[in-house]
Amino acid sequence: MSWEIVIGLETHAQLSTRSKMFSGAATAFGAAPNTQASAVDIALPGVLPVANKGAVERAICFGLAVGATIHRTSIFARKNYFYPDLPKGYQISQYEAPIVQGGAITILTDAGEKTIRLTRAHLEEDAGKSLHETAGDAHSALSHGMSGIDLNRAGIPLLEIVSEPDMRSAAEAVAYARALHSLVRWIDICDGNMQEGSFRCDANVSVRPKGETKLGTRCEIKNLNSFRFLQHAIEYEARRQIEVLGSGGRIVQETRLYDPDRDETRSMRTKEDAHDYRYFPDPDLLPLAVSEQWIGEIRSRMPELPQAKRDRYRAELALSAYDAITLTQSRELAEYFESTASSTASLGFGAKPVANWVMGELSAKLNEADLDPSRSPVSPARLSGLLARVHDGTISGKIAKEVFDAMWAGEGDADAIIERKGLRQISDAGALEAIVAEVLAANPKQVEDYRAGREKAFNALVGQVMKATKGKANPARVNELLRKKLAG
Amino acid sequence: MFEASLTEVAAALTARRVSSVELTQACLDRIATAQGQLNAFITVDPERSLAQARAADARIARGEAGPLTGIPVAHKDIFCAKGWLTTCASKMLADFVAPYDSHVVERFDRAGAVLLGKTNMDEFAMGSSSENSHYGPVRNPWHTGFVPGGSSGGSAAAVAARLAPCATGTDTGGSIRQPAALCGVSGIKPTYGLVSRYGMIAFASSLDQGGPLARTAADLALLLNAMVGFDPRDSTSLERPKEDYARELERPLAGLRIGLPREYFGPGMDNDVRRAVEDAIAAFGKLGATAVEVALPNTGLSVPAYYVIAPAEASSNLSRYDGVRYGYRAPEYADLLDMYCKTRAQGFGPEVKRRILVGTYVLSHGYYDAYYLQAQRVRRLIAQDFVEAFKRCDVVLGPTSPTVAFRVGEKASDPVKMYLSDIYTTAANLAGLPAMSIPCGFGAGGLPVGLHLAGNYFAEARLLNVAHQYQRATDWHTRKPPAFA
Repeated sequence: MSWEIVIGLETHAQLSTRSKMFSGAATAFGAAPNTQASAVDIALPGVLPVANKGAVERAICFGLAVGATIHRTSIFARKNYFYPDLPKGYQISQYEAPIVQGGAITILTDAGEKTIRLTRAHLEEDAGKSLHETAGDAHSALSHGMSGIDLNRAGIPLLEIVSEPDMRSAAEAVAYARALHSLVRWIDICDGNMQEGSFRCDANVSVRPKGETKLGTRCEIKNLNSFRFLQHAIEYEARRQIEVLGSGGRIVQETRLYDPDRDETRSMRTKEDAHDYRYFPDPDLLPLAVSEQWIGEIRSRMPELPQAKRDRYRAELALSAYDAITLTQSRELAEYFESTASSTASLGFGAKPVANWVMGELSAKLNEADLDPSRSPVSPARLSGLLARVHDGTISGKIAKEVFDAMWAGEGDADAIIERKGLRQISDAGALEAIVAEVLAANPKQVEDYRAGREKAFNALVGQVMKATKGKANPARVNELLRKKLAG
Repeated sequence: MFEASLTEVAAALTARRVSSVELTQACLDRIATAQGQLNAFITVDPERSLAQARAADARIARGEAGPLTGIPVAHKDIFCAKGWLTTCASKMLADFVAPYDSHVVERFDRAGAVLLGKTNMDEFAMGSSSENSHYGPVRNPWHTGFVPGGSSGGSAAAVAARLAPCATGTDTGGSIRQPAALCGVSGIKPTYGLVSRYGMIAFASSLDQGGPLARTAADLALLLNAMVGFDPRDSTSLERPKEDYARELERPLAGLRIGLPREYFGPGMDNDVRRAVEDAIAAFGKLGATAVEVALPNTGLSVPAYYVIAPAEASSNLSRYDGVRYGYRAPEYADLLDMYCKTRAQGFGPEVKRRILVGTYVLSHGYYDAYYLQAQRVRRLIAQDFVEAFKRCDVVLGPTSPTVAFRVGEKASDPVKMYLSDIYTTAANLAGLPAMSIPCGFGAGGLPVGLHLAGNYFAEARLLNVAHQYQRATDWHTRKPPAFA
């Protein structure tokens, strides 16, 4: 039987506010345990939550970016359960009335563009962290059999983004997660740092026979904090389910954990022992009211979104779909490209050479050095300067790469490097003619071969001229001169 | 000094006829003497109180005194006060020293008032008799065999027995007004949202409201002036222009329309209470007020709705007492679950446990709609009843409690009977309306009867005016318990 995999993702994006969702405590990563836990975070008697306006703005910003409905009134609810890293004994979340509903994300698959619908996005606070004493850990401050609680994370603002079950392969799920990751960073609501847990996914996976329209029983895989784990976990889980169903078994709805070391998922708890969270509206917080005016203000501060940029690149800059998508992988890269393109616009050679340089040479260097485009040692202004010299014939495209490397190494701008290294292209007919004459005289065999009709010999002669000029000869002029001389 | 109004005491302090230290010491002496009989206080700290009194005297000497500077105030042990043991009358918090001030304590501190001590109460404010305390029951100063009401029973008893000129309380379903009634003092629960709940240990967040207890309506006005004010730390705190709650005290009552809900005067009210309330209605008539009959058709639903909503919120609010970070933890346990179970089984008293169970039940999957949502619908109907009533009258009048104080232990084993004594008070909490209780006579056994006045939203000044004019015409509020005269 042929099977179809159905995937929906729940993504927790940590919102990039300086203070927590309901308290004034700092959110910085890596502080000593419990140094960023206020009276509200440790849930002392009598303390009360106050919603963080910045977190609400970020949620609205996300909703606008995915074309969702922003509810004018949403409700904070309490999700009740006991756990040592949950100080109040409940998590404040949004349940029946989330702030963001609907919307969609577009991903690129092998079969072209695909729209993944979003169910909702809601605001909530994170729990703390339990640190369990592990045998043989000499550095642990915990004595045997004890657990420690770090409440620095408790109360960190999260946006939980829930997709519809619209993905049909691990690759699509990863493409969706990447697109979402790129978007939250693009609109600057989340730093996207997956190692620090700022962006993590739960995957709901089910399988069904191809052609079946009813959804199969799903399993939820918790806390996948890398795209690779997401891919592997889904692949493993789908295989497992197909195997179970294929051998006549049935899938039990449950929560599973992915173990990257063994590359498998394991059962954590089944639906039967699921909590009754006793959700109810938090009476300490009024319904969250969002005015049209506030939404308007947030909209007016939003950057141009990736899709709008892509459309514009194709329509106004005549770039291909592939170029437009590649250049909009991150806002920084797009901004770098646009900045370079706009300062070379007057030169008239169009955006394509700029796109080629940004996607090629620059991206390669950035990846190699693991740098963000905004921190590139070669600024858009310097890249523009270089492209101008290629365009006006001062240097060849080949020499330009050498100049780029020198700029990357911090040796100054293109003009200074060209001057200092004497890289100016030789286009002067007199100077070239002398060199061509020398080369012809020194390579009688090739001249003979050429005249005998062997075109390959011509390329060898061009190479000799380039070698003699250390690559600085204008290739078009060299071709022209050689043909003339050989003909004569 | 123990019979003077707060205004008179303030005048005496400013004129240096008495010092705050003398006043505080006198209160502390009376507290010490009465403690064995009344058990009104959980914590007194004479050193700390006297240090505050000395600071107040210095402030008065500098000519920087406000209306409450140097006046001793007893705080219900539900208000966090920095450095003070703050127990909420629970074993769970028996060793909890608050590391911060509640908004209310902060306000009184800023006014220069002296924190006289922390008063006894029903555990986590759950009760109508102040018997549910880890520290033992509070006794009624009029007869120590009787309860003082609850949950702010320690505060009411302290004011009645002249241990403190005034006190703070909290009112979730009548916890200021009912003990005020049973102890023969005055108390007001303001409109929900006027007094910040920050630092006030939560029982039922949507119903809890702090307020003062004192001997007279005029004193309550001064105390409210200090307590009310916007606080950004409480999301339900209301941002409103500052008002003087004493501004209408002297307004004549001619033309006042007093609403008498026909549902209040049916069966269920004891005859002695009925007589006292009817006398009060007659007294208002002499003051120029007219009585109009109004209908509050959903009155009978207020106690059931209250006993769904309040426990639901409480079950969640009290989850933080888990033995993990502070407070009581069971000395021995096998694992995490066992630690939770034993800690909470040992740390909470029976009434608190009962309400946590009820609250957990009504929020559970499959019951939420039938209980919690239904109760919220009833709540809106009750509020709507008052909206209609206030189209026809200025205040709604009735008894505060259907009976005078009952004997210690009398209703302890019958929670439903205990809950039914909240019949006249819970509606104001459900609707968020201001309401108060003032003494209006005595009933069986020479025990005080309380008169209940409820007003429209933000009508505190008018309510206090009505009560003050009544107190000018009557002397019930000046009567003192013979044993503490």
